[in-house]
Amino acid sequence: MTYIKPKFAHPRLPKNNLGYTRKEYEGSLSTLCAGCGHDSISAAIVDACFELNIEPHRVAKMSGIGCSSKTPAYFLSNSHGFNAVHGRMPSVTTGANLANRSMIYLGVSGDGDTASIGMGQFAHVVRRNLNMTYIVMNNGCYGLTKGQDSATADYGSISKSGNMNSFEGIDLCALAIELGATYVAQSFSGDKGQLIPLIKAALSHSGFSLINVVSPCVTFNNNPGSTKSYDYVREHNEALSSLDFVPVKEEIITDYDHSKVKMVELHDGSMIKLHKLSPEWDPENKLSIMTALHHAREKHEILTGLLYIDNESIELNELLNTTQTPLNLLTEKELCPGSAVLDKICAELR
Amino acid sequence: MQPTNYKDPEYYHKVVDCQYACPAHTPVPEYIRLIAAGKYTEAYMVNWESNVFPGILGRTCDRPCEPACRRGRVEDEPVAICRLKRVAADNKDDISHLLPDIPSIKNGKKIALIGAGPASLSVARDLAPLGYELHIYDNQNKGGGMMRSQIPSFRLPAEVLDQEVNYILDMDIVTHFNTYVTSLREIINKNYDAVFVGTGAPRGKDLIIPGREEGKANIHVGIEWLASVAFEHTHKIGKRVIVLGGGNTAMDCCRTSRRLGGEDVKVIVRSPFKEMKASPWEKEDAIHEDIPIIDNHVPKSFVIENNRLTGMMFEKVSAVYENGKRKLVPTGEPDVFYPADDVIIAVGQENRFEWIERDLGIEFDQWEMPVIDETTFASSRLGVFFGGDAALGPKNVITAVAQGHQAAISIDMFCNEQDISQRPAPDVKLFNTKMGIHEWSYDNDIAADIRYIVPQADKKITLADRKKEVELGFDMKTAFKEAQRCLNCDVQTVFTENKCIECDACMDICPTSCITFTMNEDNEDTLRMKLLVPAVNKDQDLLVSDILKTGKVMVKDEDMCLHCGLCAERCPTAAWDMKQFLYNTAKAGHLCYA
Repeated sequence: MTYIKPKFAHPRLPKNNLGYTRKEYEGSLSTLCAGCGHDSISAAIVDACFELNIEPHRVAKMSGIGCSSKTPAYFLSNSHGFNAVHGRMPSVTTGANLANRSMIYLGVSGDGDTASIGMGQFAHVVRRNLNMTYIVMNNGCYGLTKGQDSATADYGSISKSGNMNSFEGIDLCALAIELGATYVAQSFSGDKGQLIPLIKAALSHSGFSLINVVSPCVTFNNNPGSTKSYDYVREHNEALSSLDFVPVKEEIITDYDHSKVKMVELHDGSMIKLHKLSPEWDPENKLSIMTALHHAREKHEILTGLLYIDNESIELNELLNTTQTPLNLLTEKELCPGSAVLDKICAELR
Repeated sequence: MQPTNYKDPEYYHKVVDCQYACPAHTPVPEYIRLIAAGKYTEAYMVNWESNVFPGILGRTCDRPCEPACRRGRVEDEPVAICRLKRVAADNKDDISHLLPDIPSIKNGKKIALIGAGPASLSVARDLAPLGYELHIYDNQNKGGGMMRSQIPSFRLPAEVLDQEVNYILDMDIVTHFNTYVTSLREIINKNYDAVFVGTGAPRGKDLIIPGREEGKANIHVGIEWLASVAFEHTHKIGKRVIVLGGGNTAMDCCRTSRRLGGEDVKVIVRSPFKEMKASPWEKEDAIHEDIPIIDNHVPKSFVIENNRLTGMMFEKVSAVYENGKRKLVPTGEPDVFYPADDVIIAVGQENRFEWIERDLGIEFDQWEMPVIDETTFASSRLGVFFGGDAALGPKNVITAVAQGHQAAISIDMFCNEQDISQRPAPDVKLFNTKMGIHEWSYDNDIAADIRYIVPQADKKITLADRKKEVELGFDMKTAFKEAQRCLNCDVQTVFTENKCIECDACMDICPTSCITFTMNEDNEDTLRMKLLVPAVNKDQDLLVSDILKTGKVMVKDEDMCLHCGLCAERCPTAAWDMKQFLYNTAKAGHLCYA
């Protein structure tokens, strides 16, 4: 009996600018069910960080409780991690971010951890525009407790036991846009081609980035009638755009059809190149996306891709004008600058 | 690309690199697993069925399997397949009850086998259980052919050779030893139903340069000299010996010389060191016995003083490559003299067919080689078959065995009035290995150990005794560890399209990034470059699925697959399964006799 990941890698595995292969971004072997969508999202995170040339030690993986929140063990094993109390990942991340803004904060949560027990925390982390990437691995059920409908289960979705869900599902994307999120995307675990650039752009965005990823639960919510099964999502997936992430250093080709292609610049100078599939929608226009989301709901479609971005975003640390230096590196000299400085401040307040 | 036709047994056969590279297609991973399980006798029998001489080959094989071994691609060194085979042979129990029953009532067909080397013995092994009356002719007093006359005892002890030769000779084989066949016509006139010629390549090439005739008392031809040592006619050699040539015979000659009194023994070879024909391990063993190998030296003349050989002159050359062809160009430096008391010429060997009359209807080509069908091993005369070095020129023991099997099939079909060109299909099985959750009937944990070295006896002892075997062989513990390095390439990753839900779990988990789900391409090269890691090793096939639900295909590059089974572990729908593939080439006796 063996369930061990071999140490060997492909000898010709590509290396990124840091000289690392994808292996250096992987984690330990997943203990989730075989075929779980969450594992694909973990793999997409690995790919995104590898391709962005992120030094693993600069990442802090934050999570709460649930199948989704186990996944930080399965990616970026060379990064920092904090497994918080159920639904409390946002406040822990807020604290960490204020204490050390130099890190890249990657929060991973599930539909229960976000839309049920963690709803209050979620709302506040969104409105504070904390600089973090918040990935919801959304399978519409409580997979860890045998698949009860979760708060994001769609109205009318049939569970594995054959019962129809009679409550409205919470649309996390629409909610986040309402609450002032500055980067909102929706994707599907089975579409890495779309998911990886979305994660890359989210990690590069300065401010709160939400990616709601529909991630089928193969064990409890992959049955006919479920609106979060592999088959259903593939059939009802309506991509707003196909997109590429263009890193800072790469030359941007300016010769393109502006009615079809939209370039969105991010804070760090990198770009998102969107091949628009829907003419009415503009990712920088809140109203257009809210309309699109409502239309999609009526048509039982799942809108995927980048939904909304505000590239004027001012993230929390910037707003509060906190120190660039991580708190643990501040010495007595900076913290107690002496009476002369105090006098100066007092004079300003006179 | 078109979906892979994995129902063609050759597809999965090719994935088992070692077995595919083996001329006899021995199911290597199968017997390595048996060795790991301590089932040495069973492992031996798997070998014996396929390659007839496991104990001999476990010591002397040219090992075409090892350069092919997947382990050599994913890490540095292949599994020590050859020496594991020896472990099975060394530790087996009595196997006599496992050998085929030989019918006491014969089938009425008489076959002559000329030469008692590996090719003829393989034919005999395959035909005797079918009731053929087999007459084997050889000029030596025992069976074994070149395995006895050319392979020194310090590499292959006589008892190992005798045992495996006798397994066959004990199958009611009629032996005509000490009989040099001088005329094929005489044999044919004895009314055999078929004749098999397995006479090897018994003539060592000579080197006719100035001084050859005058120095002949101290100039020896390699394989003749080795035979003379093996049959105890030669017991000593001069203190300073030059061995000419860069093949395995040269290595045997120099090492034998060290044991017969040679103190200053050198191998001098025309080609650059790395291009020598000798197997790398044989070169290592020679160097280990203090034998320098001097390369890029072309022999010019034997130097004779007072009617006695005193040494040789050599021209220094360097290899120049033009359009992939090598040329040895003189460096212009003055010729060099190396002193020697004896010189052994080991520059190649040739067939000799002067005993085959040219009016028998056996066609010979411009090089005086018989024209032989490479599949059936039939000559142009009905009922006369060739095999081993006598058929297609000098190769090695395992090739002779493989050809012997094929010739035996042909002889059996010929004697039963069948069309010998209709070759029987291999015996192929594909069966489940799943035992439970995370449990397979093979050990899928990939050991990270590097190749273990076979221990050798002390040089002081081995150089003093020509018959003392140098290699001690793996002990059981080391054999187990070495066996665990095997990747079980015969446990195949079998993909079933209609079960796949395209969750990507296999693609994400694969430790060596072999699996990619992507849009198909018409052009194979384009598809190869699109994979997670571009599949640049074109010797290895792609497993391409049919079109899946989303329009993509699953493409697996067989090159680096560890056969760890994680794809199947992580597959929620068992679209991936690990199935053991057992491939055995057909043997004589496949016919249903009416």
